[in-house]
Amino acid sequence: MFPEKTRSVREPRAAGFWPLALVFTLFVIFLYGPMVTIFVLSFQGPEGGLTFPLRGLSLHWFRQLAEGLGTVDIAAALRRSLLLGAVVMGLTIVLSVLAGLAFRKKLRGGDALFYVSVASLIMPSIIISLGIGLQFRLLDGGLKWLLTLLGEHSPYLQETLENYGTALGLMTSALGAHLTWTLPFGLLIMFAVFNRFNPAYEEAARDLGATPWQTFRHVVLPLIGPSVVGVGMFGFTLSWDEIARTSQAIGDVNTLPLELQGLTSTVTTPAIYALGTLTTVVSLLVMGLTVALAWWLGRQRKV
Amino acid sequence: MNTNTATSLRTLPAWWQAGPFGAVFLLFFLIPLALVLVVSFWHFSEYELIPGFTLDNYLTIFEGCASLTEQGDFCVTLSTYLSTLKFCFLVWLATLVLGFAVAYFLAFHVRSPGMQTVLFVLCTVPFWTSNVIRMISWVPLLGRNGLVNQTLMGLGLIEQPVEWLLFSDFSVVLAFVHLYTMFMIVPIFNSMMRIDRSLLEAASDAGASGWQTLWNVVVPLSKTGILIGSIFVITIVMGDFVTIGVMGGQQIASVGKIIQVQTQYLQFPLAAANAVILLAVVLMIIWGLTRLVDIRKEL
Repeated sequence: MFPEKTRSVREPRAAGFWPLALVFTLFVIFLYGPMVTIFVLSFQGPEGGLTFPLRGLSLHWFRQLAEGLGTVDIAAALRRSLLLGAVVMGLTIVLSVLAGLAFRKKLRGGDALFYVSVASLIMPSIIISLGIGLQFRLLDGGLKWLLTLLGEHSPYLQETLENYGTALGLMTSALGAHLTWTLPFGLLIMFAVFNRFNPAYEEAARDLGATPWQTFRHVVLPLIGPSVVGVGMFGFTLSWDEIARTSQAIGDVNTLPLELQGLTSTVTTPAIYALGTLTTVVSLLVMGLTVALAWWLGRQRKV
Repeated sequence: MNTNTATSLRTLPAWWQAGPFGAVFLLFFLIPLALVLVVSFWHFSEYELIPGFTLDNYLTIFEGCASLTEQGDFCVTLSTYLSTLKFCFLVWLATLVLGFAVAYFLAFHVRSPGMQTVLFVLCTVPFWTSNVIRMISWVPLLGRNGLVNQTLMGLGLIEQPVEWLLFSDFSVVLAFVHLYTMFMIVPIFNSMMRIDRSLLEAASDAGASGWQTLWNVVVPLSKTGILIGSIFVITIVMGDFVTIGVMGGQQIASVGKIIQVQTQYLQFPLAAANAVILLAVVLMIIWGLTRLVDIRKEL
């Protein structure tokens, strides 16, 4: 049999190749074009506005951004988003890998769990967000009622009640909201990974007397390593950009995308483009680092 | 999948491993959904929720919907749903046609797997930029003094800047297509890659034209991908309030927007009733779609 490559060079292009190639090219321009314009415009001079022509070249708007946009604390929002993204990433990795392992065995109710997570994936986010918001507000109400009831006899509990704000928060409701979005992706990736996984390696390890933990640590984990990094990257980037599920479930503070959404209607200077350029750079850095890490892990495995 | 690895890690029962994963969905998905349903039947005052059972919230939502208004319009709820469904249909159609064409090109016309991967990654990179950024990146292009208007005026095609480019139905659909066509491309491409190439040769040997092959072989075999992509796009557009808000200049109503505004005014039972109705509509659409394709059979 001829190798695929030599054959493909000789065959003429099928009918429809060029029109479709044109469609594809236009699609790529459509994807990148607008983004390139705001990267360019974020380097406007101090006189520059929201549209072309470009008036001078400077880092003016990035400096403006560092000084803050109005009342919004961008740096704090950035830190919150990074922190939440990192925690979501870690939990997505651990929970998805564990669930992926569980699904390889006989898991009673596994189908139900699978359908629930897929349902979460396609559920309109505003509904989940509203539900989690409600849940935590009702929890607040319940806790306050309980503290009032018990507080009659205890000054300590009364003080707790006075200081109690809300259970809504970055690491409670918002974290949960993000996980309902990242975990289904994690599980689907783990399915894809374990479908291609050859269990002979594990059997060999067991035959050699490895404990289940040793088998996992030294055989399974290195083999699935690059995909696990991919799951982590999905977790971080999905969280980093999440608005709809966070909107009702975060309480008093905001993440960066939520601040950004608010700024679109109030900020009318290229500083908002500078912010766009900045967040894009962070995303691309994360992606670059994870791709490098996955590649490095893949290479370690072969050596 | 289960049988040949049933013995692995036997010491840990499967539910110990799947438990934390399941707990997240119980705590942050199933219970919240149940609460939305329950609270949609509650009373509320300006500052608190009052447990009980009332259909008032639903009645409020459909107030005046039994007949047309004096101006001959639908009631607010119906017209909002019609507007949201209109966006849904337009975005679905545009992403389907574009996504199918791109997936078809990648799956059948790009022959080397290496090139396929490169082009595929090229399409996914923008996906990693914030959605809001991708939305506002249309402003310098579509605005009154934007690049498109400048170009058209420079060419002498128009005298006045075109106003409907930005903060309009057009810009909303454009942004949706820009943001979510990938959700169509990935599943359709996935389905297409599973099609046995000899089927296409057989079709052409049997004398089918290119279009006949496309319509009678490729489209039916890509149905699962089309369905999955459609479900993604439709559920996103139905519940959206961010894209329609930003790209519509906060002027266009949508179901998601109504829910969001009602929660801002702490009208949670009303918002919950709206969410229940939205969920029912979305589930009906999905149910209708799955009648067309048996998704479980093909997974």
